[in-house]
Amino acid sequence: MESCKLTAHELLERLKNGVITSEQIFSDLSKRIESVDSKVKAYVRTSHSQPLVYNPNFRGIPVSIKDNICTEGCNTECCSRILAGFNPPYSATVINKIVESQNSFLGLKCNMDEFAFGSSTENSCFGPTHNPWNLECVPGGSSGGSAAAVAADEAIWALGSDTGGSIRQPASFCGVVGLKPTYGRVSRFGLIAFASSLDQIGPLTKDVRDSALLMNIISGYDPNDSTSINIPVPDYTKDLINDAKGIKVGIPKEYFVEGLDPEIKLIMEEAVNKLKTLGAQFKEVSLPHTEYAVPVYYILATAEASSNLARFDGVQYGLRAKAQSLIDMYKKTRQLGFGDEAKRRIILGTFALSHGYYDAYYLRALKVRTLIKQDFDNVFKDFDCIITPTSPTSAFKIGEKVDDPLKMYLSDIYTISVNLAGIPAISIPCGFTKKGLPVGLQILSKHFNEGMLFRLAYAYEQNTEWHKIKPKL
Amino acid sequence: MGIDKKTVEDVAHLARIELNAEELEKLSSQLEHILAFIDKLSLLNTENTVPTSHVLEISNILRKDESKVSLPIDKILKNAPEKQGSFFVVPKVIE
Repeated sequence: MESCKLTAHELLERLKNGVITSEQIFSDLSKRIESVDSKVKAYVRTSHSQPLVYNPNFRGIPVSIKDNICTEGCNTECCSRILAGFNPPYSATVINKIVESQNSFLGLKCNMDEFAFGSSTENSCFGPTHNPWNLECVPGGSSGGSAAAVAADEAIWALGSDTGGSIRQPASFCGVVGLKPTYGRVSRFGLIAFASSLDQIGPLTKDVRDSALLMNIISGYDPNDSTSINIPVPDYTKDLINDAKGIKVGIPKEYFVEGLDPEIKLIMEEAVNKLKTLGAQFKEVSLPHTEYAVPVYYILATAEASSNLARFDGVQYGLRAKAQSLIDMYKKTRQLGFGDEAKRRIILGTFALSHGYYDAYYLRALKVRTLIKQDFDNVFKDFDCIITPTSPTSAFKIGEKVDDPLKMYLSDIYTISVNLAGIPAISIPCGFTKKGLPVGLQILSKHFNEGMLFRLAYAYEQNTEWHKIKPKL
Repeated sequence: MGIDKKTVEDVAHLARIELNAEELEKLSSQLEHILAFIDKLSLLNTENTVPTSHVLEISNILRKDESKVSLPIDKILKNAPEKQGSFFVVPKVIE
């Protein structure tokens, strides 16, 4: 059997027993990429990309990395023209942790929406990634390359980043497991910033055990990231318990309203019934400020992005446009370098922060963020976790939403509140639509309670077969 | 609150992004549409609500004031579009 089809924990077991080598895994993975990536386009490959060649320092299981996480010696361009050719002078902390854990990162980067601005991976300057389950559909986004690579067995496991759903929504569209950790659980040092109060790096994997294993590797305090929290990291594999007895789960009524695809609603109900048979207790709860999450997000995330992206000005790295004056050089570089969605978000964010509008938009959004966070605090007083669909629809067609930014923004309606509240959430496969597209179930818990997510997700996964079904490519 | 073409032009200048006529036209109408949706926030009474800028209760994270080795200059400059010696080169600022 080709090793690239296995999970990381299966491969680690085989490495330990000496029945496979890292070189063999690497070689199988390269062959798989050669054979299917021309269809899926999960990886960024250009004429200036370094070729994928085995080197003797390669160890363990390769991790595929989103193009916004800095890898020293391997280009990191956020799939933006403005960072063309950027070769980071240092690696992100998560990359160093992968290397310290006796594993390696694959020398190719995963496709994404430019600067993680998007929900479909169509905003990449390298062109879209295709969903392995239906090549005419999007893989979701912004970590669409990472999710598609894992789904298509072009990656054993991968890292993405999640600012408003960018790990969970593509995980759901591609039928894989995606986790957004608690804000502060994983160091963001070396992650090219989008919205610093919301961004987190997290794993995309073939099953829940791999998610726990990768979290064991990347979690923890980092003095280089002042927002990472200095508390001990538990061994998450201890939470992989095949039993949901006594777990109290809330189902928010605001998530099962107009806009939710009836087919997904039905699949969700089946998943809830399954969990009931495993001993979980369900009750309807209310998150009354849910409808305000998307507008709050598009003020805060764009405001922070407008500030973070000020550094791309043609001076230190990437593209520079020719101009006579400094200010014209900035303006022309940014006109040429940024794609439409990046321009839209920078201008919206600058507007929200500008004189005369700050109180009406930015300050008000910060206040409503408090209300959204309080909604979760209230529910978690009495419940261990919350269950929702990950996305209101399954994967949509490439091109379907590109001309309507607002429609695109609304595809993150179930994932955005989690980032605003800073809590952890996981998306796991829970079925397929009649057209054969995967559907994801999202589990949320309170700050630093990833263990609860793993426990419920594992119990569900071990009693269903969804994660074992693979796309035909 | 709406947004007109003139405002978009002013904000684009503040954000240091040049826009051509077509981009300006398209962006103005899209932003107007997005802001109309965002205006839903004004329906909420937030007078007595404290703003959240950080989700966890941490503040004033400081580090020891000690010198550390920085990355070497040549490593930092290797990505520069234009450089000279140990400097980034930019178009002339002062006449």
